[in-house]
Amino acid sequence: MRDKSLFKFLTIGLLALWLGIFVLIPNLMIVVTSFLQRSEEHFVDVLFTVENYRKLFDPVYFGVFAHSTLLALVATLLCLLIGYPFAYRLARLTTRWRPVLLVLVIIPFWTNSLIRTYAIKTILATKGLLNTVLLALGLIDAPLRLLYTSSAVTVGMVYVLLPFMILPLYAVIEKLDSSQIEAASDLGASRLQAFIRVVIPLTLPGIIAGSLLVFLPALGMFYIADLLGGAKDLLIGNFIKNQFLDARDWPFGSAASVTMTLAMAVILLAYYRSIRRLNSGGI
Amino acid sequence: MARWIRNGYFLLVYLFLYLPILVLIATSFNASKYGTSWQGFSLKWYASLFDNSLLVDAAIRSLIIATLSATLATALGTLSAVCLYRYRFAGRQVLNALLFVMMMSPDIVMAISLLMLFIVLHVQLGFWSLLLAHITFSLPFVIITVYSRLSGFDTRIIEAARDLGAGELRTFLRILLPLALPAVAAGWLLSFTLSVDDVIVSFFVTGPSFEILPLKIYSMVRLGVKPEVNALATILFLVPLLFVTLSQILLRRKK
Amino acid sequence: MSELRSAVVELKNIVKSYDGKTILDRLDLTVYDGEFLTLLGPSGCGKTTILRLLAGFEAADSGEISIAGQAVNALPPEQRNVNTVFQSYALFPHMNVFDNVAFGLKMKKVPKEEVRQRVQEMLRMVRLEEYAARRPHQLSGGQQQRVAIARAVVNRPRVLLLDESLNALDYKLRKEMQVELKQLQRRLGITFIFVTHDQEEALSMSDRVVVMCEGRIEQIGTPRQVYETPANLFVARFVGEINVFDGEVLERIDPQVIRAVVEGLECTLRSERPFARGEKIKILLRPEDMRLSEARDDASAEGRLLGKVVERTYKGMTLDSVIALENGKRILASEFFDEEDPSFDYDPGERVAVGWVKNWEVVLPDAG
Repeated sequence: MRDKSLFKFLTIGLLALWLGIFVLIPNLMIVVTSFLQRSEEHFVDVLFTVENYRKLFDPVYFGVFAHSTLLALVATLLCLLIGYPFAYRLARLTTRWRPVLLVLVIIPFWTNSLIRTYAIKTILATKGLLNTVLLALGLIDAPLRLLYTSSAVTVGMVYVLLPFMILPLYAVIEKLDSSQIEAASDLGASRLQAFIRVVIPLTLPGIIAGSLLVFLPALGMFYIADLLGGAKDLLIGNFIKNQFLDARDWPFGSAASVTMTLAMAVILLAYYRSIRRLNSGGI
Repeated sequence: MARWIRNGYFLLVYLFLYLPILVLIATSFNASKYGTSWQGFSLKWYASLFDNSLLVDAAIRSLIIATLSATLATALGTLSAVCLYRYRFAGRQVLNALLFVMMMSPDIVMAISLLMLFIVLHVQLGFWSLLLAHITFSLPFVIITVYSRLSGFDTRIIEAARDLGAGELRTFLRILLPLALPAVAAGWLLSFTLSVDDVIVSFFVTGPSFEILPLKIYSMVRLGVKPEVNALATILFLVPLLFVTLSQILLRRKK
Repeated sequence: MSELRSAVVELKNIVKSYDGKTILDRLDLTVYDGEFLTLLGPSGCGKTTILRLLAGFEAADSGEISIAGQAVNALPPEQRNVNTVFQSYALFPHMNVFDNVAFGLKMKKVPKEEVRQRVQEMLRMVRLEEYAARRPHQLSGGQQQRVAIARAVVNRPRVLLLDESLNALDYKLRKEMQVELKQLQRRLGITFIFVTHDQEEALSMSDRVVVMCEGRIEQIGTPRQVYETPANLFVARFVGEINVFDGEVLERIDPQVIRAVVEGLECTLRSERPFARGEKIKILLRPEDMRLSEARDDASAEGRLLGKVVERTYKGMTLDSVIALENGKRILASEFFDEEDPSFDYDPGERVAVGWVKNWEVVLPDAG
């Protein structure tokens, strides 16, 4: 009995210690810092203030938040529209190559996303691949200005985050019992009706999980905005990064992080609720 | 016709996922310095890559961090998953909640929170801070992967092992670990991938004393990326791909 | 018979509760060496908890557990000389049949050659020699079941614990395994403690049956005692189908016989229990002890109740009838075919007289 309690104690102790030091304390530090004042010498002065939060509602900063949220929403929607039919097809394939095809979705990650974003930059450049092809096909007369636009940032986000949408969708669609769809058509539902009334509700947990995994990181991907959007397309991520590394205003950056985390918590809570309702609803 | 459209769409998504990488590979063999027009096949960027030790060193550092962080995160994560699966203890729910929050919280928040921690603790930003950060963001993924594999098994299996005379340690080594092994391997691979792919956390928690590849490239972007980067990216993409393909072929032949 | 045998398992004053809910309430139980004992009861009655306490997966809140004369309360499962056959089998999915069966011996550091011999001998006994290299998922349910038994028995435990072990099998296989288990137990001489909620299984396999309800033991006895002379209404109802009549004692005629009114009918009943005059009683009768005959107007004079056939069900061996008595009570009668008897068949709606085989009734006080 003694080796059991020792093993248990050591492992759980180590995990708790790790999470305490590297998750709990740092996050508490952000919360505390967000209520302190900025200092030129020591990063922060220990003086309580809510000024940092008030400043967030300044139209200049609030605009950044709104714009970043909008971009993230568009990217999430695009990922869903592209990813759902793809995941559905992949999960329903009967070939023995299915595991390989699934791995092919993950392999791009072995190339660092910054390098891949840089590759997109070369494709979208004025003299890049896309313009060259379009000119050669005679679809356009002069090169388009694709880079340094909101669309370029959105494309970059969709590109980097698409697998995060596909994988959870694949997981739920694969578990889908095809007899349930057959039952729906047996009861007179058309293919579209069966899809809307049966398939979508059953795969909703995957849709929500995938959307969260795209939406939340999309708020913070400052390097995509840096590379593809130039300076004007600020995301919340760029804003926080600038406060910490350039403006050296830790309290203000912390306040932005806390707000973002709180928004995330609200979304997650709604997600949990909907999952629980789905489970107890018996569908 | 519908089938043709479906398959076409399927391929199009793969093309979208691989196009940037294919472009990188193609440019790496292009003699042109600016990569916009094809000026003939050349290996000169590969040659100059190996003269550019800064870039190669950064890539090697990235791989070292990825290997170490994946291995340590997998070790700690597997043990933790086993404990979370085996034992009921006070605070178990709190640990679960923390892990969930970690998986969901945006990278940028984790990045600045760790930056503040390291500065307050006077940890110099470099190898150690980077390693600790990478282990931390990989940990929940390993735990969830291993835990969900274990929870797919009948808990009576552990009781059966105890019943047949296996103590706590032997139950772990002979039953739980072999059962969890595929998930442990998947957890390692996932951690490795996350580490290699990460930009945001690394950007905040490492310093000039330990520069890894994405940060090196990030700093190069403003000044114009050298074509050697394409050659490096090609190598980093093709070598593991070749490795995986070979192992797959060997595995299939063995069967 | 119990005095001749020595106890191998003793539970004394065991209390066990989860979340404030009492599962076992001051339970005492003695299991004798070499017997086939069945714990029978509805789900949640605590029978599986007894097995888990004996195996060491759970600890009792209070009370004493001893196996082969040794107190085992503080002993972890791996140090107890008992083995379990799990309801779900709990075979190790990553090991083949041979390694599954060899696991316990390897844990005890039995020499390799002996492990090989004992495992092979065991596999021969359960007729799975050719399957030694298969993985559990490549076996049928019945084969998995036999691996689970072999894996436990190969360790030669003092007591083998079987937790609802036949539940997952289909009807025919289950019947076969019942016979096989019984044979195995006779051959090995190991004490079996078997848990089930299937009364038929309990009666056909056991030397003794322990009927349990809500953490208490209602009756311990041979299958025959439990079936024919149930100690109370719960046992009577749980072990097989039974008809319950209401009655009232009129007088005692002699030490074995009382006179009573049963559902309005005056008759004599066999009972040695002390009853007071006017005491309310319950009269229990198995469906197969009921007798049906044509209804004549003087039926009640012959000690028969009148009723109407509501339903007839053909069961192969027997013909079952549901009869509504005149006071509305429904009873079940189960008759064996007698092809010589032309008056045997009754149609639904037909009036019949209902009697029973004299002296086969069980009379219990009306507990309320």
